[in-house]
Amino acid sequence: MNIGRLIIREILFRKLSFALGVLSVLAAVGCLVGALASLRNHDRRTERIIAAKQAETQEKMELLADDYRRITLKLGFNVLILPKDQKLSDLYADDYATKYMPEEYATRLAKSRVATINHVLPSLQQKVKWPETGRTILLMGVRGEVYMRGAGQKPLLEPVQAGKIVLGAELHQGLKLKVGDKTRLMGREFTVAKLNEEHGTKDDITAWINLAEAQAMLGKEGQINGILALDCTCADARLPLIRAEIEKVLPDTQVIEFASQAIARAEARRRAEAEAVATIEREKQGRARLRSEREAFAAVFVPLVVLGCAIWIGFLSLANVRERRGEIGVLRALGVRARQVLWLFLGRAVAMGVAGACLGYAAGQVAIAGAEFNAPLLAAVFVGAPLLAALASWVPALLAAQQDPADILRQE
Amino acid sequence: MDIILELRDVQKHFRRSDGVVRAVEGVSLRIGAGEFVAVQGPSGSGKTTLLMAAGVLMQPDSGAVVVAGEEPYKLSAEQRAAFRATHIGFVFQQFHLVHYLNVLDNVLTAALASRAADAKERANELIKRFGLASRASHVPSELSTGERQRVALARALLNRPKLLLADEPTGNLDEENGRMVLDCLAGFAKEGGAVLLVTHDPKAAQVSHRALRMENGKLAGG
Ligand SMILES: Nc1ncnc2c1ncn2[C@@H]1O[C@H](COP(=O)(O)OP(=O)(O)OP(=O)(O)O)[C@@H](O)[C@H]1O
Ligand SMILES: [Mg+2]
Repeated sequence: MNIGRLIIREILFRKLSFALGVLSVLAAVGCLVGALASLRNHDRRTERIIAAKQAETQEKMELLADDYRRITLKLGFNVLILPKDQKLSDLYADDYATKYMPEEYATRLAKSRVATINHVLPSLQQKVKWPETGRTILLMGVRGEVYMRGAGQKPLLEPVQAGKIVLGAELHQGLKLKVGDKTRLMGREFTVAKLNEEHGTKDDITAWINLAEAQAMLGKEGQINGILALDCTCADARLPLIRAEIEKVLPDTQVIEFASQAIARAEARRRAEAEAVATIEREKQGRARLRSEREAFAAVFVPLVVLGCAIWIGFLSLANVRERRGEIGVLRALGVRARQVLWLFLGRAVAMGVAGACLGYAAGQVAIAGAEFNAPLLAAVFVGAPLLAALASWVPALLAAQQDPADILRQE
Repeated sequence: MDIILELRDVQKHFRRSDGVVRAVEGVSLRIGAGEFVAVQGPSGSGKTTLLMAAGVLMQPDSGAVVVAGEEPYKLSAEQRAAFRATHIGFVFQQFHLVHYLNVLDNVLTAALASRAADAKERANELIKRFGLASRASHVPSELSTGERQRVALARALLNRPKLLLADEPTGNLDEENGRMVLDCLAGFAKEGGAVLLVTHDPKAAQVSHRALRMENGKLAGG
């Protein structure tokens, strides 16, 4: 015979009282487990929502970036490098530069690997009379781009082979030329290689031919009057940076920027990106607010339930002690020590706590759909619930242990 | 003859708001091994108080209690409890059995403190001796009052005490069962134990070796 056996026998004898205690532990543990599981669920939902939003934004931004790339390619170059002594007033009045620089500048620029510009295209441009048709056109000699980032980079402008000509919209429409047609320009024969779409700019009256041929026709061997480039649109104050960089490589040049539509696009894209980030941030804040509201509620509700349960167990234990006065008296007369009597009641409370923890954990898991198994919580509940029940029963158990057996035996 | 219980000038008063109750007033008594002493007296004369003092359950105000050569009231509370378990057996008028334990387990509650190794065999032996073998798995509510008192007797004897204290053990029993209990107490004395019985029952006095009268907290006669 030992105290443990006594506890079990008593529990089996007074099942209802024990069950009421277990029920209250169950309620407290169930509330705690349920509250934590629902918070955890909330967190997982938040993660899912934010991840979905981020994926959506990412997709949108990729679309925008793609869009931008296409638009930029259509708009073409937006940086023009000219000889330093070129007067801009002349450039704007004549539609082309009247000062020249060595073609080798383009190679030098590309080799220097400046970071602020992307595509480098040397060109020779001049307004000429197309004697064979009587039209005034812009003749542009271009060769392939000087690649900056390896040969894999897609050129903005295809090079024009010797003997070929690419025509702006106004020209090929006015002259009714088609790809493959032959035409003569300043005494040389060219085959139409490509017909450009209408750009609504002076491109529409531009004819592109091979750079070397243009140099020969215009008597400017080895000379160009502009280098076209595309800025990287990565920083906000781009032009001063580009100027500073190019200044270092090509001191006797100047840099101007045009085609600001691309820039506006880039800025729109950056704004869209910032807006998307802000939206996600707002969503995150909203979810966090909701969570802290739930948390605050649980932080009040759960301790209240736990406190109520503790008080209830305390009263149940007190009732149990009173009911067992005679038993306590006779056990003490038989030599059972006060401490053993204390354990008789604390042990009962611990059993209540363990049973309540099992059932309460299960109840909490079942009540909250999708609750995950949480081993640390289970462990905490298994330690905490018996401890709480024992604490709640502490005073009644102490009263039991301190009762005077002589008093009891005389009175009962 | 070995002295098992010796009370020397034991006094126990209860102080109450309306005065002092002199429950036990200068009682001296010696009971030797194999002796059966009965104390009779009117209600309120202090019999139960005397028994509690002798049973190491209630410290007297003054005087000495010596049990088997030791003074248990000089021990700590824990040691006193252990002393009760191994030296003293109790039988009460109300039996005081544990409701939720069967006969065997009720007898074994005496082993909770003594932790005697042979407790189970001894319990079964006592149960058989008291004619309770067929009732071993019954709870007290399923027993007759006579059977209940026999269970209490078996419990009192489990740890082979030297001193058996009985407070009105026949008070709730019919004649036959009362007789059986008194025979058992006499048997215990015959085997070398000391018995102190307090009772109203005149028959009880007849089976004892020595009958004393208690009045107003004082012992007389014998
Ligand atoms: N704890 C106590 N507080 C106050 N008075 C007490 C206490 N215990 C006993 N008494 C008083 O002491 C006196 C002796 O009581 P006790 O119980 O010893 O008598 P008793 O001889 O056993 O009587 P009965 O034959 O009716 O059982 C009584 O007057 C009782 O009221
Ligand atoms: Mg009495």
